Amino acid sequence: MSKIRKAFENGKAFIPFITCGDPDLETTAAVVRAAVAAGADLVELGIPFSDPTAEGPVIQGANLRALTGGVTTDKIFDLVRDLRRDVTVPLVFMTYANVVFSYGADRFIRTCAEIGIDGLILPDLPFEEKEEFLPTCHAYGVDLISLIAPTSRDRIARIAQAAEGFLYVVSSLGVTGVRSEIKTDLASIVKVVRENTDIPCAIGFGISTPEQAKKMAAVSDGAIVGSAIIRILEKYGREAPPYMGEYVRSMKDAVREVE
Amino acid sequence: MTNPNGRFGIHGGQYIPETLMNAVIELEEAYNFYKNDPDFNRELTTLFNEYAGRPSRLYFAEKMTKDLGGARIYLKREDLNHTGAHKINNVLGQALLAKKMGKTRLIAETGAGQHGVATATAAALMGMECVVFMGEEDTVRQALNVYRMRLLGADVIPVTTGTATLKDAVSEAMREWTSRIADTHYCLGSVMGPHPFPTIVRDFQAVISREIKEQLLEKEGKLPDAVIACVGGGSNAIGSFYHFIEDKDVRLIGCEAAGRGVDTFETAATIATGKLGIFHGMKSYFCQNSDGQIAPVYSISAGLDYPGIGPEHAFLHDSGRAEYVPVTDDEAVEAFEYLARTEGIIPAIESAHAVSHAMKIAPTMGKDRIIVITISGRGDKDCAAIARYRGEDIHE
Repeated sequence: MSKIRKAFENGKAFIPFITCGDPDLETTAAVVRAAVAAGADLVELGIPFSDPTAEGPVIQGANLRALTGGVTTDKIFDLVRDLRRDVTVPLVFMTYANVVFSYGADRFIRTCAEIGIDGLILPDLPFEEKEEFLPTCHAYGVDLISLIAPTSRDRIARIAQAAEGFLYVVSSLGVTGVRSEIKTDLASIVKVVRENTDIPCAIGFGISTPEQAKKMAAVSDGAIVGSAIIRILEKYGREAPPYMGEYVRSMKDAVREVE
Repeated sequence: MTNPNGRFGIHGGQYIPETLMNAVIELEEAYNFYKNDPDFNRELTTLFNEYAGRPSRLYFAEKMTKDLGGARIYLKREDLNHTGAHKINNVLGQALLAKKMGKTRLIAETGAGQHGVATATAAALMGMECVVFMGEEDTVRQALNVYRMRLLGADVIPVTTGTATLKDAVSEAMREWTSRIADTHYCLGSVMGPHPFPTIVRDFQAVISREIKEQLLEKEGKLPDAVIACVGGGSNAIGSFYHFIEDKDVRLIGCEAAGRGVDTFETAATIATGKLGIFHGMKSYFCQNSDGQIAPVYSISAGLDYPGIGPEHAFLHDSGRAEYVPVTDDEAVEAFEYLARTEGIIPAIESAHAVSHAMKIAPTMGKDRIIVITISGRGDKDCAAIARYRGEDIHE
């Protein structure tokens, strides 16, 4: 069974997204540990990409800072090796197809398995193209996480049936970024998901406050937060770890209460 | 050429966010219906002929032919189209298709501004809203085109992310499309991006090679020995090549922007310096570093300043059916000036890349041979930049 399921065994899950190397890898390591100590159930580690077409300005900024700082795929693998000395929650990579492809899919995914990465989220790899990496992911036991969007409609059932790890439900149209309000009828989407699979589903895009996280957790199995996390890093830089701990605790507390 | 998954050999595909998948599926279904619809084709032909001024001329460049002393040179004058470039062919097709699909708003990326101007034009004609994304650096290089787009009623959004050039304009247009799909069609300007765009854009641009074939058969009674066109994403090139792909004796030559040279980092020659990758919705060749980060490319030509190439070109390269050659800034500027002086035709700096290669190979070919060069656009927009390149500071 997928190790990712463990993330959904402590009540509703809280999942932070952190761009590796923003502003440097030492800070990333400290921030991940702070988030996990504060109750993060799974951490999405972003491998920066020069042209992140699914990201809004906040995460684009993080990608740019990380790449300017000289982060590379190999250095991020080393970061994970270091984290795995004490971090036991599931870890997944979030990056773009070209980062995996150019490294060599086999070499990339084999390394993921070796260093303790449990899954892979690639926002530019839809259902139709998943064969690009799926056989390799299966060979090494790394889950390829599928996404469902507000526009997925008739596609939801098919995607859910084939999904593994957890399902990433995109809350809103557009790119990543903090939103004041999420209007999509997520309950209906999750209902179709539930009819087609028993793997957990978490909602991401636009969530920043404990109230929003609570609402999202009420209709799903957890909340994913990216841009609001990156803003803390943007604001505090190397001093971010305690603030990260505080923020993650408030978010986990909010979703924990949800039945 | 295309298989059902939008593949050209191993290239192409649909590497895009799930949010856009139903949009491209709907687009493909609509296109497959309308491409065989007699009314749609009648309307499009009328727009091509009455509005864009097709067919464009196939002009025998007699002075150039004599001067180079080899093959007979014909110029396919896409620069004479309304709005001054081949871009209008694709845009009229897509705008008409979008309208049939019930869309009321067009968004587009633009490099040199020619595709943006064409999209703004079609939007004005068809009463649609229009937003054009353009790299901030390009808005400076091509200030005149920015004004033209605004004059035509479009909003021009300068893109400041990344290298602030064409690739960033494409990324930003894709981001905008994911946020507003219901009323919006993304009018992609080249034979790139996710399926079905490379096929749709090629089909609308294929009018170029269809006309070349007819016109040359009429003038010379035979096919050309070589067809030469510049390649960024590659829409005027695929349009110029398409109806000759099965004619194996016709050499198809795409000219890439080498910038300051393929042995420098200041180049945009994808086939010469790139490697296989996945970006902007497609598998193809891209200029990138060893970690798969897309390279900041460079060319004097804003329209060729793109780190990738359309998937069908990547396939034509793999199969050896077409050749791709790099042409530097220096060579393109010389060709720009040469064509102006020799034939009284000022080509777009993009098209001047193709002219330059013809100048190299024509003298090596017999006088009974024929070269067709596609002049994809006119060069008015480039005059200030070329003057600056030559050390002359002129203000528009």
